[in-house]
Amino acid sequence: MQKRYLSLWFPYLMPDWYCMRRPDLRGTAFAFANLIRGRKIVTMISAAAADRGIAAKMTVADARALVPDLGVFDEQPGREARLLKALGRWCIRYSPLVATDPADGLFLDISGCSHLWGGEAAYLNDLLKRLRAPGYTVYGAIADTPGAAWAVARFGTPDHNIVKNGAQAKVLVELPAAALRLEKPLLERLSKLGLAKIGSFINMPRSVLRRRFGEGLLERLAQALGQQQEYLDPVVIPEPFQERLPCLEPIRTAAGIEIAIKRLLESLCTQLAAEGAGLRKGLLTMFRVDGKSIRTTIGTNQPVQHQGHLFKLFELKIPAIAPGMGIELFILEATRTEKMPIHLETLWKGGTAAEDAEITLLLDRIACRVGPGRIHRYVPDEHFWPERSLRLAASLTEKPELSWPLHRPRPTQLLTVPEKIEVTAPIPDYPPMLFRYQGKTHEICKADGPERIEREWWLDHGEHRDYYQVEDREGRRYWLFRSGHYKGDSRNQWFIHGFFA
Amino acid sequence: MNTTSKSKADTIAKLREKILLMQGFKPAGAMHKRITGLMPVEQAFPNQVFPLGAVHEMISEGPEGAAACGGFLGGLLGTLMADAGICLWISNSRSLFPPALELFGASPHRIIFADLQREKDVLWATEEALKCEGLAAVVTELNNITFAQSRRLQLVVEKSHVTAFIWRKDPVYLSNTTAVARWKIAPAPSISEPGLPGVGFPHWQVELLKVRNGIPGSWEVTWSEGRFHTHDETVRKLVSVRNDVQKTG
Repeated sequence: MQKRYLSLWFPYLMPDWYCMRRPDLRGTAFAFANLIRGRKIVTMISAAAADRGIAAKMTVADARALVPDLGVFDEQPGREARLLKALGRWCIRYSPLVATDPADGLFLDISGCSHLWGGEAAYLNDLLKRLRAPGYTVYGAIADTPGAAWAVARFGTPDHNIVKNGAQAKVLVELPAAALRLEKPLLERLSKLGLAKIGSFINMPRSVLRRRFGEGLLERLAQALGQQQEYLDPVVIPEPFQERLPCLEPIRTAAGIEIAIKRLLESLCTQLAAEGAGLRKGLLTMFRVDGKSIRTTIGTNQPVQHQGHLFKLFELKIPAIAPGMGIELFILEATRTEKMPIHLETLWKGGTAAEDAEITLLLDRIACRVGPGRIHRYVPDEHFWPERSLRLAASLTEKPELSWPLHRPRPTQLLTVPEKIEVTAPIPDYPPMLFRYQGKTHEICKADGPERIEREWWLDHGEHRDYYQVEDREGRRYWLFRSGHYKGDSRNQWFIHGFFA
Repeated sequence: MNTTSKSKADTIAKLREKILLMQGFKPAGAMHKRITGLMPVEQAFPNQVFPLGAVHEMISEGPEGAAACGGFLGGLLGTLMADAGICLWISNSRSLFPPALELFGASPHRIIFADLQREKDVLWATEEALKCEGLAAVVTELNNITFAQSRRLQLVVEKSHVTAFIWRKDPVYLSNTTAVARWKIAPAPSISEPGLPGVGFPHWQVELLKVRNGIPGSWEVTWSEGRFHTHDETVRKLVSVRNDVQKTG
């Protein structure tokens, strides 16, 4: 597929942005300055200041001499890069691959994107119009290579900003040498030799150019002509499983969102099926007309590539989506995928294990609605204390390695924290005669025990517990324990820990 | 005369059977699981079988009652989940200690607990779970349920034939529900084997407060040797003997 690139140039990026925050500055001459080696140097200037003869790298004193009413602001380091990145992220609605071009530009890989806007001219116009609306001064150009697009955006005429397929050499010939993104010393040497335009040296033998100007010039030339691939560092790394759905009209209704999700899932699931992968985590990002984006995530317990099921999970989230003035772009990503177990694929069509699949789907739905960490399954664990004798299973299919303890009685209702009780215990190591719990006295007529459960010294320190299973006169069965050994006159603390069936 | 009355009784019996079928009570067949040891209790239900694929309402009072109800439910689940079935346990205030269920024949690792926060979610999850035919049973801990809510569950169950237990701990009011039976489980003094000290096997007072098309009743049920034992006359005698011993002692 023929690659097409778009280069955007913001000649007054920071000043434009500052004007948006302070509308009173619009149209006035002002500059940003930075302290370099003890001197205040102008780093960025507004369009009006440029018109009045201010240039970057002037000292503030000189600039003030030229324009007495020049406003000077301190430059905030890093702000420009952040702004550029944010603009890049905004541009995701035009192309999935957006890279920043440090200092003042953006690159968009628009291969296969522009037809959605009805051609490259309409695409570029739409993009520029929307960037210019808030007040950015921006130029753009489209070409086969990032280098050529860069050159045309900055040095070409705005009317001829689309370079036809394969025509970059013809266009570059007319442009100055600076359009090749060269370093300053190299440019100076070129202009000294009278090679002001690219056309004056583009046809020179490569060996000559290399000897005179080094590898850098050849590389830039090759990149601009498309003889050498240029790598772009994307602002947002596109997920391998990603589907986009731009909408002609902003979508505001739940029904519309449903249709959009269904269409996205349809293509995502075919993509997943082709790769033999299943979705574990999905992220749906919706870009609203007002510039905000909404994110919704779903998770599954097992890899899923079944469209209907994934839609059901998203369906639960639809009421929480606030479309505002309307959603113009949907992006569905599979942020986590796993290899699909082979037997699972047939499950959806019915079979012996279909019921299991149905259960996982049910659990997915529940987890999706109530949030993660609410569905538990337990397997026994090798610990003495009853609270610790079980642990959460890692997965729905994990088999217990140990058997559940049957030889010791365990209560069906267990208090998460043992509660203090008052007891009357006549003889050491005997169960109590009666105990008071929640203001009620229980007279014990039957008892079993003690069962001594030691504290695990490698986990924590303290007293062991002596457990007694007791039954009161009404037939209610309790699990009581004494903390530590019987201590004679000093009273032991007794606790209630559970209720037996 | 005699023959006509006989044929009349026959038609009435046949009509009754038909009505029961229309109400979803199927006669005992291979589909039905007999719950070992609960024979006398099963007699209370129409067709003398424990109704599966229906909503049961369990009532318990206090933590001691909850413990008893948990044990009894565990025994029922043990039978329902016998062939590697999976049970879903939905609750927003669970205090059940899963390992204890092993004693009652229900493997705790085959029970999936959904611990939700809001009662609304509990009801929603129950309805969703009951739609899932792969589940052996669904237990829901819910203190209060209205008639309309129970009817929703009933409609789902009629389609999917999943057995549901609505466990109401300390219900504030006992409203009408569509449940096929309303059970009340309370702990009862255990029966020790004569001459042996200590606490006996789990022992409960099982009451059927309401049975649709059946006869309510009350039974004493013990869990021992991995099965239920409903107490017949001999045990009743044992109980009376024990009571006498207590009185004299």
